[in-house]
Amino acid sequence: MINAVGRDIPDEILKQTGKQPFMGNHHFDGYEYKKDGPVTKCVINNTDSKMVDNIREVLVKCGIKDGMTLGFHHHFREGDYIVNMVMEQVHNLGIKDITICASSLGKAHDPLLEYIEDGTIVGIQSSGVRGKIGQAISDGKLKGLAIMRSHGGRVRAIESGEVRIDIAFIGAPTSDDYGNLRGIGGKSNCGVLSYSMVDADYADKVVAITDCLVSFPNFPAHISMTKVDYVVVVDEIGNPDKIATGAAKPTSDMRKLMMADYCTEFVVNAPYFKDGFSYQTGVGGASIASTVSLAKVMKERNVRMRFGVGGLTKPMCDLLENGQVDALLDTQDFDLSAVESVIKTKHFRISAGEYADPFNKGAVVNKLDYVILAALEVDVNFNCNVVVGSDGVVTGAQGGHPDTAAGAKCTIVISPLIQGRIPAICTNVTTVTTPGESIDVVITDYGIAINPKRQDLIECMKEVDLPFKTIEELRDIAYSIVGEPERVQFDDKVVGIIEGRDGTIMDVVRKIKKFEFSEA
Amino acid sequence: MEITKPALAGTLESSDCQVTVEPGDGKIDFALESAVINQYGNQIRKVVMETLNNLGINNVKIAIVDKGALDCTIKARVEGAVSRATDHFENNLWGGTGK
Repeated sequence: MINAVGRDIPDEILKQTGKQPFMGNHHFDGYEYKKDGPVTKCVINNTDSKMVDNIREVLVKCGIKDGMTLGFHHHFREGDYIVNMVMEQVHNLGIKDITICASSLGKAHDPLLEYIEDGTIVGIQSSGVRGKIGQAISDGKLKGLAIMRSHGGRVRAIESGEVRIDIAFIGAPTSDDYGNLRGIGGKSNCGVLSYSMVDADYADKVVAITDCLVSFPNFPAHISMTKVDYVVVVDEIGNPDKIATGAAKPTSDMRKLMMADYCTEFVVNAPYFKDGFSYQTGVGGASIASTVSLAKVMKERNVRMRFGVGGLTKPMCDLLENGQVDALLDTQDFDLSAVESVIKTKHFRISAGEYADPFNKGAVVNKLDYVILAALEVDVNFNCNVVVGSDGVVTGAQGGHPDTAAGAKCTIVISPLIQGRIPAICTNVTTVTTPGESIDVVITDYGIAINPKRQDLIECMKEVDLPFKTIEELRDIAYSIVGEPERVQFDDKVVGIIEGRDGTIMDVVRKIKKFEFSEA
Repeated sequence: MEITKPALAGTLESSDCQVTVEPGDGKIDFALESAVINQYGNQIRKVVMETLNNLGINNVKIAIVDKGALDCTIKARVEGAVSRATDHFENNLWGGTGK
């Protein structure tokens, strides 16, 4: 069946998953449902300890068995040790057919490849994957379907009961012996625990893993003891220095700085730029640079930001430091400056649900004026791809891309027109992750295209001195330089789905086929 | 022109390609490793074959490791490698391909 972004979703996949094809951002607005709830084992006695000696023992205590679903969070990003540590013990116990439901996975989790190949892991549900796991999925090695869902979409899937997490593991920088958890205060800080809050609320068993046990009460707790079954102390839960791996550092790349300037110029000329506006950026080099140049204009024109959301980085925390923003709402810290900023009184921690879940009574993303995002590919229908590389291999993550893009009044995507030989603006993206209806503006080094749907923005940019072009013109410039790419050759087999934030199917990912030259 | 010895041109930097040519065994042997083979493999082969044809080469082993080079770069690197392999530097190449 062809969905609302023109993608053909095979009937057998709809049947197999029980899902519907994507029908537009607001199709489920007003939808009513009853939330799921966890099986809870009460602690009434005042004698038992929640402390367990090691991971293996806690797995046994939690009743680990074949076919379970395990929850993980990714606040340590490329410095995470928890997933590998737990899966090694699951593997050693001879457990099979595990589904991993993580808020994200990265190259740090390459060791899971072995467990995918031997059947320990048969399902992966994540915002995205990189490295060897991505390659394994695209090679068709995962027994089940990989499901890529946004941060908001993951909360929806868990709260609605579509996914039931049997055991959730929370890497906690500090914990007391009763399971009050904080993202700060230990030797390996990650700042916030936002993505694991839904796991704590909905998983049947919740295991805290810490490398810094503190005395009771570890308050104010980011996750309460009332939700935690067991606490395990290990040597190290992660390497905070690697939190910033992959995220951009301040750029000196002239091309990115130019795009950042274009972006700021656009932002300040759009109608939302006034005292009390709200703003979020991703961690691309140009996005970060645009925050820096925006801060300058805000100062010059005496405009204050009401709140910033993230995925936070140093430039966003600097706004707070310099008194240019009233509040920061934080779901994740992309660098150590952001981790350190968490202790400030106007730096608020929010859950992934508060941040982006489309199936609650209203999330922060709906209050955003601007969001500045990146993309691997954008097509002439403004559909974005952030998960599947142009070579067809899964190598990225949705993150909050579809959530913020859908929620914000003005969604700006920044991407260099060509990366190596790959055109970022193309006729058809390899895989759709964020629908074009969510994207308002695309900024490249060769020009800026406003979605024709946004005639209001086109109108108010009439007098603005920026290189406006149509999206088709941008594509044509790209193709004139690098040539028109051929479609990647895929096998028919579907290996994964890109889930819309409302749980529908946005697109499917197919098994990659080895390249063969066409007949000359 | 006859390839008489092995030669190499280009680098493994992003947006470049490294071209190696060796004496062939009576035909053109083409091998390609490319970061963009899925999207541009056929196009790269076409550019290489045209360039060899323009240079009058039909007996060569040519191997290319491509890091996303544009057509103009690929053509220049093939011409460079062939020039070095044939010691033929006059009149050719960088003002326009061998005619």
